[in-house]
Amino acid sequence: MRNRKQSFYAGRSKVFLSIFILMLLVLLFNDSTNLYGILTMIGIYSIVTLGLSLLMGYAGQISLGHAAFFGIGAYTSGILTTTHGVNPFLSMICGVAITFVIALLVGIPALKLQGFSLALATIGFNQIIYIVIISQSQLTGGASGFSGIPGLAVFGLNLSENRYYFLLVWMIVLLIAYVSMNIIDSHVGRVLRGIHDSEIATLTFGVNISAFKVQIFVLSAVYASIAGSLYAHFINFIAPPTFSVVASIQFLVMIAVGGSQSIWGAIIGTAAMTFIGEGVRTIVPLLMEGGGQVEVVVYGVVLVLVMMFMPKGLIPSLKNVWDRSGFSRRSAMLAKGEERRSG
Amino acid sequence: MDFGQLMQFVITGLTIGSIYGLIAIGFVAVYNVTGVLNFAHGEFAMVGALTSISLIHAGLPLFLSIPLAIAITAFLGGMIEKTTLSPVRNASVVTLIIITLGLSIIIRGLGYILWGAYPLSMDPFSNNEPIHIWGAVLIPQSMWVFATMIVLLGGLYVFFEKTVFGAALKACVVNRKAAELMGINTKSLSTFSFIMSAAIGAVAGIVITPITSATYDMGLFLGLKGVVAMVLGGMNSLTGAVLGGLVLGLLETFAGGYVSTAYSDAISFAILILLLFFAPNGLLAKASGKRV
Repeated sequence: MRNRKQSFYAGRSKVFLSIFILMLLVLLFNDSTNLYGILTMIGIYSIVTLGLSLLMGYAGQISLGHAAFFGIGAYTSGILTTTHGVNPFLSMICGVAITFVIALLVGIPALKLQGFSLALATIGFNQIIYIVIISQSQLTGGASGFSGIPGLAVFGLNLSENRYYFLLVWMIVLLIAYVSMNIIDSHVGRVLRGIHDSEIATLTFGVNISAFKVQIFVLSAVYASIAGSLYAHFINFIAPPTFSVVASIQFLVMIAVGGSQSIWGAIIGTAAMTFIGEGVRTIVPLLMEGGGQVEVVVYGVVLVLVMMFMPKGLIPSLKNVWDRSGFSRRSAMLAKGEERRSG
Repeated sequence: MDFGQLMQFVITGLTIGSIYGLIAIGFVAVYNVTGVLNFAHGEFAMVGALTSISLIHAGLPLFLSIPLAIAITAFLGGMIEKTTLSPVRNASVVTLIIITLGLSIIIRGLGYILWGAYPLSMDPFSNNEPIHIWGAVLIPQSMWVFATMIVLLGGLYVFFEKTVFGAALKACVVNRKAAELMGINTKSLSTFSFIMSAAIGAVAGIVITPITSATYDMGLFLGLKGVVAMVLGGMNSLTGAVLGGLVLGLLETFAGGYVSTAYSDAISFAILILLLFFAPNGLLAKASGKRV
């Protein structure tokens, strides 16, 4: 039991409670619409990175195509609600269904691939979806984008107000984090970790690896699709660049920086990169002209440095700090005692 | 079918294909020595092209600014390997992929800051009088692209097959540990492979600039196409990379001509995916012994 508590995989109530408390704190003390906007975006991206964390951190598969699923969700929601007047929640579910089918079609052959090949196949897939979005301009508005997407409303409560949308998005983040943690803690999680460490060893236990990998791939795609729908109803305007390979790379950056082997990592990485982006966007124009791309460079530098010096992401380092602090000294000592007794 | 049009497609396809082939050669050079698929490789083409344009604008003659731009890019390639990839030699494939992705983000962003978003053009290397062949038009710069590719391919062939240094590089590929035991300094060879591939990338970027003009984000697309060409050719052969590039160029041009221009790019990525699914070793690959 002690060991389980020590690993990153555990501590689900802690994650849950902290997010919940943070949410309440924000609601109590924040009046700035702008901050709500940023926090909502972090929530939306977190939904994508939570899925990527399952796929990359646990199943060990790299995807550079999740922006495509994000886009499928966003465009399905946008087109169904705006052009056909379908209920937003219903169109979100339609988006999930379409993503499910496409992810299955792509995932079954793609997840037989490993390492570079899977990364390449998902890039190719992302490019194809991107080109389709641009070319089908009658349907999607093409390169100039798709506008006029309605906001969400539940029981007459208009969720377009930033404070309520923030609440809705983070409720969904909590739900998805909860589902993900259940998956990780179940036998599926054990199989995934086995695949991550050694596919061959897991195979020899008679586990159907590719079925597990495909399932996780489809699940993470569905997460991305939900996030895409939420994004479309939040921003009310969608355009192709948001769903390009570059965006997929940015999702990967978030998860890699936070630490892919932890539910925390997905959220912390997403928050860290979003805040860095926002910070650079506000600071750089004060120092020099035309600094839109400086943000991108900072993104790249942070990514390379983190990967070089903390290949497991920020989480292990943060945990290290936590372990050295007074708060956890007692539990660490207890753990040591246990180790000595059992070893 | 109009023969002149067909001929035109062939010429255009081969020109684009040579460009992809040139980029793919650089990918192969690094991948086979270091085991890293360098996602920042396309960016070297951008740096080479834009640097040479800047040097020309600064008043340097063409024959001087091109070698200088290649040297600068090669130096950049070496620096990058020494500072970012060499220290984490034993990292996992995923980590290495992410690092090279990060590098491409950085270089592209710096490219934007240095050169801006607008395409910059360069005069053709020689006179620009189009040549007419059987009703099709061939611009002289295309000949430069073909010639460069053939010379580079030949040079690299001689280098890998006939020199000790090249043999050492190949030994690195086959078995790193064994190569080290034979007294080969694998570390400096890996740096060298980056310098070499950066130089090749720069050459590719410069030769095509008079045809396509150059922008800060040209590397991303060129890189992706180069990778497709490399996979087509089988990941580990220089000739394969060039052939893969030519096949891809022809496929794209004909798809663009007879199917739809909008989807010609999508077609090449569809080819990539199908290839990865059904022939992951490429079209030219011989069966290898490793089956796990």
